[in-house]
Amino acid sequence: MALVEAAALTRAFGNRRAVDRIDLAIAGGECLALFGPNGAGKTTLLRLLAGLLRPTAGQARVDGVALPGGAAARAVVGLISHQTMLYPALTALENVEFAARLHGVPNATAAARGALGRLAIADRADTPVRALSRGMQQRVTVARALVHSPRVLLLDEPFTGLDDAGSSTLAETLAELAREGAALLLVTHDVREGLALATHVAVMRRGSIALHEPRIASGEPDAFVRRYREIVSA
Amino acid sequence: MSADLITGPTVVATEATTREEHRPIPPSLVTAAWLIARKDMVVELRTRTALLAALALSLLSIVIFNFAWDPTAVAALDLAPGLLWVIFTFSGLLGLHRAFGVEQADRAMDALLGAPIPRTAIYAGKALGNLALVLLVQLVSIPAALVVYNLEIARVILPLGGIALLAGIGLVAVGTLFGAMTTSTRASELLLPVLALPFFVPVVTAAAQATARLMGGRPVNETIGWLKLLAAYDIIFVVACAFAYTVIADE
Amino acid sequence: MNPSSTTSRPTRTIDGLLLAGLFAVAGAVTRAIWFTPVEARQGLAQKIFYIHVPSAFIALYIAFGLLAVSSGLYLWLRDPRLDRMAESAAEVGLVYMSVVLLTGPIWGKTVWGTWWTWDARLTLTLFLWFIVLGLLLLRQSIEERTMRARYSAVLGLLAALLVPFIHLSVYLFRTLHPRPIVLKPSAPSLPGSMLTTLLISFAAFLLLFIGLVRTRYRYATSRDELLAAEGTE
Repeated sequence: MALVEAAALTRAFGNRRAVDRIDLAIAGGECLALFGPNGAGKTTLLRLLAGLLRPTAGQARVDGVALPGGAAARAVVGLISHQTMLYPALTALENVEFAARLHGVPNATAAARGALGRLAIADRADTPVRALSRGMQQRVTVARALVHSPRVLLLDEPFTGLDDAGSSTLAETLAELAREGAALLLVTHDVREGLALATHVAVMRRGSIALHEPRIASGEPDAFVRRYREIVSA
Repeated sequence: MSADLITGPTVVATEATTREEHRPIPPSLVTAAWLIARKDMVVELRTRTALLAALALSLLSIVIFNFAWDPTAVAALDLAPGLLWVIFTFSGLLGLHRAFGVEQADRAMDALLGAPIPRTAIYAGKALGNLALVLLVQLVSIPAALVVYNLEIARVILPLGGIALLAGIGLVAVGTLFGAMTTSTRASELLLPVLALPFFVPVVTAAAQATARLMGGRPVNETIGWLKLLAAYDIIFVVACAFAYTVIADE
Repeated sequence: MNPSSTTSRPTRTIDGLLLAGLFAVAGAVTRAIWFTPVEARQGLAQKIFYIHVPSAFIALYIAFGLLAVSSGLYLWLRDPRLDRMAESAAEVGLVYMSVVLLTGPIWGKTVWGTWWTWDARLTLTLFLWFIVLGLLLLRQSIEERTMRARYSAVLGLLAALLVPFIHLSVYLFRTLHPRPIVLKPSAPSLPGSMLTTLLISFAAFLLLFIGLVRTRYRYATSRDELLAAEGTE
């Protein structure tokens, strides 16, 4: 059974349909790379699946729980969005530990240290987030999203602000999580990073899925970019 | 790396089932509320913006009012209770606005809303943090006012604390909800007082009247009606606003 | 959505009911001023009552009641029409409350000798005026339609909860404070022709209220349809 399922999932703001009858399935171990121009509805889709938005129509399930499924559905999801979602006044460790406690992770401090270690930022654990560079903050953000070992990861531009070392650490971590059985939905503008991680590729345009195919069918990044431009401008 | 991933799904099933046992148990409403309140207090103690601003405003107002009225014409006993409560209301507003502003800055609110905790826990946690702030301001300002205005302290300080607590709960219950509502709107810091102050009227009236009777040494049965009003307001608006928050948070 | 497929009737510039209400109010005021005897003790100032009393009753009970009920129903049914009704009731109610708050002091100064008195109903009207003003400001500062409707409905319901508390605090406040000497002309004790005028006036202001709310509601409907047509390209 797929960890993430959506059937005719729709969300309207006023009368504008930001997400329009989307069907989707991501199994554990799969990574769906989602591309699309600004305003295509990618972020809305992620927020719907994270249980932050209520669907206007259609259904979605996360780990078998129908959305918006309350606490049970939110427990299995890890979310990374444009913003850091951190408290600048708290240290990196305090931020991640707070998230761990809210998720009821046993031995929250150790788990938080572990997550920071995984992102290779354990040495900055006691630095206030305010004093960290944007790239370092992004690592903390990722650690915060991973600390409760989510089975579903919703990633909105997770590579934002990361340097090469940070990007490859993140890419390795995400690949590892997929191997461990997590389902990944990765929204990115970076075609190369996206394709490198993906098992499936999709393109969103004006609230709908315009393309959905296995990674193998997408071919080389350059070829894919040409097809992507055709789809988006159509 | 991608070659590994494509063959990934086949090994999933066994991995997933072994994980089942380690699955974390989300915290209860009370635990979650306490976690959020404690986090807010730590943030506040680090930055001290709201607390110091509210304290400064409160103490400054006490001093300014001392010069604004003629103590030979109006006795402090007649004016102080009303003044104190007006001052608390306005200084409280500073803190109320901050509670959700902290979450809004880097959208930490999304992480709270995405956590496996009931929405009511977020409201309760925020309200608890706000209550701590309001009570702390009162803890400093009430004795300060009693001293500056030369009022009888020892006899009234304990019952006055009771009134402050009852009124504080009412102010914070409504103020926390309106803080949540206005942070996501335009011109939020302007809108909060306009929305909240009419709702504060019964609380401020009751608290000021009860304080005045208390300081004037009036019999207790004159105060009891006001205290009942405060208690009823607390119960109704704590319940109503906790429920209203779930409606607000549900996008 | 194709705009031409919507069911809205062509927008009329002048609503019949609104026009009737305006004429009725003009008629009622004419009757009150020229064809109703002058009250012996209060003199001409008493004429204000024919505007003040109907406006107060309609504002406090009908407009605010409509706002509270449509707010509550909206949270239950989530029908945008209920939100439009709440919006219309709030705005027209604010106008009626303003009339009450303006006419009250004029009468009060002449008869009670004071512009303002913290009488229970007057105080309540004043605070509801503030709350409804706040509600309209809140609505104005939220772009997204469903969010605006939800927030406004929550505030509308909470306002209804607040009414008994304001009432109670004014009541407790007064029991220990001297009140101005009140000549309270209660309606049933009025002489016949004055009572008739008051009732006619009430009917006229009610008709005007219905006309105004209907016009305001229709405006809200067309506005939402227009936004919808623009939003979906």
